[in-house]
Amino acid sequence: MALLDALLAAGQQILSPVTAAFALAAIGLNIHFGYTGLINFGQAGFVAVGAYGFALSVVWLELPIWLAILIAFAAAAVFAILLGIPTLRLRGDYLAIVTIAAAEIIRYTVNSSLFDDVTGGAQGITNNESQGSDYSSWLNQFNPLGEGRIELGPWVFTGTALWWSIVTWVIVGIVTLLVWLLMRSPWGLTLRGVREDPDAMASLGKFDSGIKLQALILGGVIGAMAGILYVLPSAVSPIDYNSRMTFNLFTIVILGGAATILGPIVGSIVFWTVLVLSEAMITWLVDIGILANFADAPQLRFALVGLALALLIVFRPQGILGNKKEMSFARS
Amino acid sequence: MPAVKHASDPILVAEGVQRHFGGVAAVDVELLEVPRGQITALIGPNGAGKTTLFNCLTGFDSANAGKWSFDGEPMQNVDRHRVARRGMVRTFQLTRVLGRLTVMENMLLGARQSGEKFSRSLFKPLWKADYDEATERAWGLLKRFKLDTKADDHAASLSGGQRKLLEMARALMTQPKLLMLDEPMAGVNPALVQSLLSHITDLRDEGLSILFVEHDMHVVKEISDWVVVMAEGRVVAEGESGPTLANPAVIDAYLGAHHDVDLRAIIREREAGRA
Amino acid sequence: MHHRPRARSRAALAVLTLLASLLIPSLAATTASASTDAEWGFIPRLVDADGEPVEGALVTVANADGELAETTTGENGNGDTLAVPDEGDYVLTFDTSAIDASFDGGDVYAVARTLGEANTLPVQRVIVTLEETANDGEVALGEDGEIDTNTSTGSSTGSASVTFDQFLQQLASGLNLGIVLTLATLGLGLVFATTGLTNFAHGEQVTIGALAAYVGTTLMSLPLALAAVFAAGVGAVAGWAQNAAIWKPLRKRGVAIVSAMIASIGIALMLRFTFAAFFGSTTKRVSLEQSERWSLGPVAFPASTWIGAAAAAVVVGLVGWWLMRSSTGRAARAVAANRALASATGVNVEKTISSIWIVSGAITALSGVLFALLNGVSWDMGFKALLLIFAAMLLGGPGTARGALAGGLAVGLLTEILVLWLPSDMKYVGALAILIVVLMVRPQGIFGRAERVG
Repeated sequence: MALLDALLAAGQQILSPVTAAFALAAIGLNIHFGYTGLINFGQAGFVAVGAYGFALSVVWLELPIWLAILIAFAAAAVFAILLGIPTLRLRGDYLAIVTIAAAEIIRYTVNSSLFDDVTGGAQGITNNESQGSDYSSWLNQFNPLGEGRIELGPWVFTGTALWWSIVTWVIVGIVTLLVWLLMRSPWGLTLRGVREDPDAMASLGKFDSGIKLQALILGGVIGAMAGILYVLPSAVSPIDYNSRMTFNLFTIVILGGAATILGPIVGSIVFWTVLVLSEAMITWLVDIGILANFADAPQLRFALVGLALALLIVFRPQGILGNKKEMSFARS
Repeated sequence: MPAVKHASDPILVAEGVQRHFGGVAAVDVELLEVPRGQITALIGPNGAGKTTLFNCLTGFDSANAGKWSFDGEPMQNVDRHRVARRGMVRTFQLTRVLGRLTVMENMLLGARQSGEKFSRSLFKPLWKADYDEATERAWGLLKRFKLDTKADDHAASLSGGQRKLLEMARALMTQPKLLMLDEPMAGVNPALVQSLLSHITDLRDEGLSILFVEHDMHVVKEISDWVVVMAEGRVVAEGESGPTLANPAVIDAYLGAHHDVDLRAIIREREAGRA
Repeated sequence: MHHRPRARSRAALAVLTLLASLLIPSLAATTASASTDAEWGFIPRLVDADGEPVEGALVTVANADGELAETTTGENGNGDTLAVPDEGDYVLTFDTSAIDASFDGGDVYAVARTLGEANTLPVQRVIVTLEETANDGEVALGEDGEIDTNTSTGSSTGSASVTFDQFLQQLASGLNLGIVLTLATLGLGLVFATTGLTNFAHGEQVTIGALAAYVGTTLMSLPLALAAVFAAGVGAVAGWAQNAAIWKPLRKRGVAIVSAMIASIGIALMLRFTFAAFFGSTTKRVSLEQSERWSLGPVAFPASTWIGAAAAAVVVGLVGWWLMRSSTGRAARAVAANRALASATGVNVEKTISSIWIVSGAITALSGVLFALLNGVSWDMGFKALLLIFAAMLLGGPGTARGALAGGLAVGLLTEILVLWLPSDMKYVGALAILIVVLMVRPQGIFGRAERVG
């Protein structure tokens, strides 16, 4: 029975907006890392910029929704430009350190009591109608499913939750289609060329830094979109945008298959399923006494994520869907 | 030693190009001329500054001083990708094929296509015509360089010689006016050298200007029309291939016999001749 | 966070920040406003200065009638809902004395809240942030139902009133943090210089040192100094083992630097969350011994801090001497300069790298012990320090004792002195901003040499 419950929970997790938001953020990261070879360790920062840019525009500036979405995208683009122009010429590992530092600066800043009045500090933004801090009821107006209980086979949803799932996954589908269109184009080929060798691209008349910047902006805006989806059904909480989110996204991208169209979606689904199942397994192991001496055994599931990331990058860098030759990072 | 020999109708003229690393002058070239429509060999012992000069002229390195013009237009302080777009296209001493892309994809990246603009990339009808034209041109060049059977292979799977060929073919996709080859024969299987050489002379015969860095004197003798000799960062001799290569001082300089003494003598002579 | 006179002088202040008043659990935006029949109450939440949840605080709620309910904060920092009978004024007391953490004192945070006036929602959410060393504040309910003024925001202000003594104390704190960072930076830089690996698992080497010292003082009942030596030994073994089991095989496979860096992230996550599983999410003190405070003018630290800083300086000097004078040190420098050339001239590259990992592991673990004296032992302490260590390494240039010292002190001073003007939850931002600027302007570091390019 425990196993069945775990499987059901995993199924529910697959449909959840969180899985969709992670898939979307991973699509953005895949454009950076998989296609263009940019080691962006600050994708959580782009997600945070999207989430806060959107929520603050609605709640604090009281702007219309469409403008708030545009502001979130624009903020992510500005963040990408600020980061990108001076750093894209740097060595790959330096870009990694700059991006992780910039993402942490964003997290510390929105988390700080210094800007309490605006960001809500450590508490974040509550998304609560009666507090005037609501930014998602507009989407519920369009909910055709009602708020009642809906059964889908063995899964039970509220109408609202199912509506959120449908909206977020449809957006993931649309973005995936757009990315497919982009990546089959000559523009998409220039990204992969830059990944291989920016100098060779420059010798052929391609503006390598400009191409990198375009990729950083596009992937960052998609990350911001993921941030909006991530907070729409819930609240904005600064602690979510830590580097663990970024590394989870890296695991998702590499797991699904870097530089593949469907890799981030497959990666996100497998990642969250395994996370939910491993949590159930750890709980079971605690119950039967094997892990009983651990202070906080469920944390082990993130240790498994780390192990998976290390093993994947070394032994199966192409992930589930990728092409071994294209994704063998070991170059002579 | 005679004073500077001028090439007739040069496509590239560089004056006073200097590049220092720390206190060492890696390049200190008073005048370099590359004649149009000919094969020019840039020769000199290791460390003579040939590749550094190449890098400076193509924008891959920043010269500390100097100016140069290509086809009449000033080219110093031009970004490296713009240098290539204006028709000065280089290859690399160590080949830089895009290893995890296919041979055909490598070729297509040599072309300039409208679909490389983000704004047009989403809609295939906006870029298909350019793309088809580039693909057709790529096929032509691949056949010419006998790489057409490899079109769908990853470039990383090619042999060293094939990579050199691919790099040259890819550079031709940009439709250059001056092709700058940095040691095109290095590491190439001797069996392939002859075919590479005939490709280069064919390109010259079609009107392309070519500048190449080379170590192998036999190669230089065989195909070059004009020779520029560098040593210790300076141009120590230039002129038509036959007489220049026959100059004993050049031979000494190149072969490195007493080159410390002789090169300084040559440089002094030139400076005296100029003054 | 260690004890400072500034904090002591305000011992009567409850150093805490009240954050916005309420939060409805996520996903319930549409339903919460509909539920009017719920009871009145508070959901307490306790986080530290970094916003990380604090587990194990006893929270009680009281009104004029006395104590009404209590709960203990869990792993996520939240307690259960504290039910109260009706609207009105209440005092919430966060008692942190049960937490075996690094902050001193009686550790009672009291928060006065009025329920029912400011909002119509029945359940209020209360966040308390531990921003500073603990207080023993007894807080009376103000007339307006707010906390008494002297309990409000102890540390988030201060720009107007930084005294010279405070400045000296922060300067000293900065030097202390700097020398601790220097040890860890040297450890990171040695590996980076000899192998090219940007090791994101370096933070976990710091944590290993702190955990080993904790095991030494608690389970093995060693005095702190011996526990530190024990920790350095554990760190040395961990460094050697990590190289032998992971990095050496990866080098042999010819795994690219970028892949190795991503693998190091995987290893970092694996170690960090294994520590979390074993150790739990609480912060514990490395030593329960009460350390005497030694003063030098206006600067006061526990004796262990003075001794630790001195020991760190000596160890940095010794490692610098070892690098310059010993045959292994010379070999390491040769490997760092040009690995192929070093190998060709008879240097045993792998043996040298192995020695470097051992030294790196030992000194990084030692820095972990000193970090633990500053901030306590926690599972993610190393990761929190990691970006500061990166900043110090890039600032000073990797691989030399002098560079590590320059970078470590610069980052340490910057971080601690910024606290005078910024709330402590922003203290790392300055160092991270400097890190970004340095990489943009001078990728070889402020104190490093310009490399020949091309």
